[in-house]
Amino acid sequence: MAAESRLRLVSIYPMLLGTYGDGGNLQVLAMRARARGLQVEAIELDAGEPVPDGGDLYLLGGGEDDAQVAAARALRADGGLARAVTRGAAVFSVCAGYQVLGTVFPGSDGVPEPGLELLDVSTDRLPKRAVGELLAVPIAEGLRQPLTGYENHAGATHLGPEAAALAHVEVGVGNGTSASTSGGVFSEGAFSGHVLGTYLHGPGLARNPELADLLLSWVTGGPLDPWVNGDIEALRAERLAAVRRRA
Amino acid sequence: MRLQAAAGLGRMAGVLSKSLGRGDGQVIGGRVILAACPDAFARLVAGKRVAFVSATNGKTTTTRLLAAAMAAAGPVVTNFSGANMPAGLVYALARPPVGVRPDAPAVLEADETFLPGLLAAAPSALLVLGNLSRDQLDRVGEVAMVARRWRKVFAAGAGLSAVANADDPHVVWAASVIPGVTWVSVGQRWTSDSALCPSCGSILRRATVDDPGNPDWSCTSCGFRRPTPTWRLEPADHGHSAVLVAPDGARYTLDLQLPGQANQANAAMAVVAADALGVRPDISVLALRSVSSVGGRYQTVSLAGRRVRLLLGKNPAGWSEMFDMLAPAPAPVVIAINARAADGKDPSWLWDVPFERLADRFVVATGERRHDLAVRLLYAGIAYASVADPWLPGALPGEVGDAGRGETPLDSVGTYTAFREVLRRGGGAGDGG
Ligand SMILES: [Zn+2]
Repeated sequence: MAAESRLRLVSIYPMLLGTYGDGGNLQVLAMRARARGLQVEAIELDAGEPVPDGGDLYLLGGGEDDAQVAAARALRADGGLARAVTRGAAVFSVCAGYQVLGTVFPGSDGVPEPGLELLDVSTDRLPKRAVGELLAVPIAEGLRQPLTGYENHAGATHLGPEAAALAHVEVGVGNGTSASTSGGVFSEGAFSGHVLGTYLHGPGLARNPELADLLLSWVTGGPLDPWVNGDIEALRAERLAAVRRRA
Repeated sequence: MRLQAAAGLGRMAGVLSKSLGRGDGQVIGGRVILAACPDAFARLVAGKRVAFVSATNGKTTTTRLLAAAMAAAGPVVTNFSGANMPAGLVYALARPPVGVRPDAPAVLEADETFLPGLLAAAPSALLVLGNLSRDQLDRVGEVAMVARRWRKVFAAGAGLSAVANADDPHVVWAASVIPGVTWVSVGQRWTSDSALCPSCGSILRRATVDDPGNPDWSCTSCGFRRPTPTWRLEPADHGHSAVLVAPDGARYTLDLQLPGQANQANAAMAVVAADALGVRPDISVLALRSVSSVGGRYQTVSLAGRRVRLLLGKNPAGWSEMFDMLAPAPAPVVIAINARAADGKDPSWLWDVPFERLADRFVVATGERRHDLAVRLLYAGIAYASVADPWLPGALPGEVGDAGRGETPLDSVGTYTAFREVLRRGGGAGDGG
């Protein structure tokens, strides 16, 4: 966290990477941080605007194919996000934003497009688009609660040796790939250090407050006081029941 | 089977379905006709003057307004109440109102994903194209993809003509392959789905950044730009009614019963489309004033001892037009969110709606996905209560006060199925039966 102890949250190109309500992740983090008495500066970058490299936590959301390619090219040319990650900043990315952080992803008309190489994953096409509720059991340290969200993507994301899976899929597709060569359940999301990607929309941090607080603890350097709300718990309970009933 | 026999079967199925309380019967009736006579649509529109109204938002209202304008000149066939997929269109055409001759023009609302498939049967149709934005992403697909499909099919239709919104880049991208488009400037308040040039993928430049209210846009990279509109809407402002300015400079005042700027845009599209179909604007604008409710929208019903006004809010662009339709703050508002197939199965879009604009109001969150809405409102810092069924006696929280007991009705905004549910319980009438 910056010296003046103000948490700097940077939402990257929400006009391009915010198609699926993922802009809400910024609001969730800002309010949860303020509820713990932290000063927050929330920055939303216009498309193509230079990325400041002094942020604490960067957010990338989902987007349409053309917007994803435009965002990836602008970020590669800019270099600010890569500098911030080298400096130790955290990144939370969803869907198209997750794919952009990897080495390669399917761009417009499926032509492979180079990513930012900030996360050791690569993405190609799923045989069939994954649309629906996603339920996953976390394996990352610091997470105990089931992860719930909505996925809508055609990407199969392969994890390289430098990336660890965030969770195992219980219902849905997630990465659409299995960590084990012998098959088995799909993994969901990936992280390496403090760079994390997932297919959870909803937005993901609205439906998974534990994940939101994990990200905040990464940048504040310690655990946070609990902040529990009955409506968030009601939403989680209702979604978990609905997805398990259907599965 | 002969078309006439199929239509008879369809009518029976429709009446039966309606009498069993299973909706308006149009879709079931249309499906029966199509099953018995698969080319029914082509045969029903053969030799007819057809206008298709399509858009993400406002297509039902624009269809209703255009039909009202056309009706001022003579009988017209139309599909009311949003039955806008092929079955609904077929039923409307097969079962026109009594006294309507087979050659009467048809004004048809078309779902934007089904529009391409309909054009083969109506190669000389007039297209009325309002806007394209994100809507129910679990099934409709990406905005750019819809625009690309439109463009491809429009390019193949040699006899098509169009009235289209010059302010929406996706609409322009699709319609500009049609020769002689009548461009209308009705505004585009929701720009979040057209940040990029539909032609080359570069970032679009918007004049409104430096000059608020200026709808001009252009691509600095490939030269794709907003066409010069020949008709222009001046929205209502500070007590002045909305005015539609014609190519010859004539000014037509739009005194609508329907609220909000979005409906002024819908009315402008309808008047220009009616003009293209031979009805003079001075006649159209008078006809539009008779429309006070569209498929139950804007209707006031009685529920739980209160007068309740019904509004439909189904996606972010639609919601961005909603805030200036609501009774002024601090009036409370009931918001009902469902996520059935017709609503879109994922309500993540709630986070794209600037609910922060409801500050200084109290919100009752209800519907099958009220928890999603409650969490959204929580993070927006809005005062709210989550209530399973607010229309049961005594269920409305005290913060709602006497709203809806006096002159001003209590506003209830719902997604499609939630809206229909309140309409039904309030005994309101969708039109078109
Ligand atoms: Zn361009």
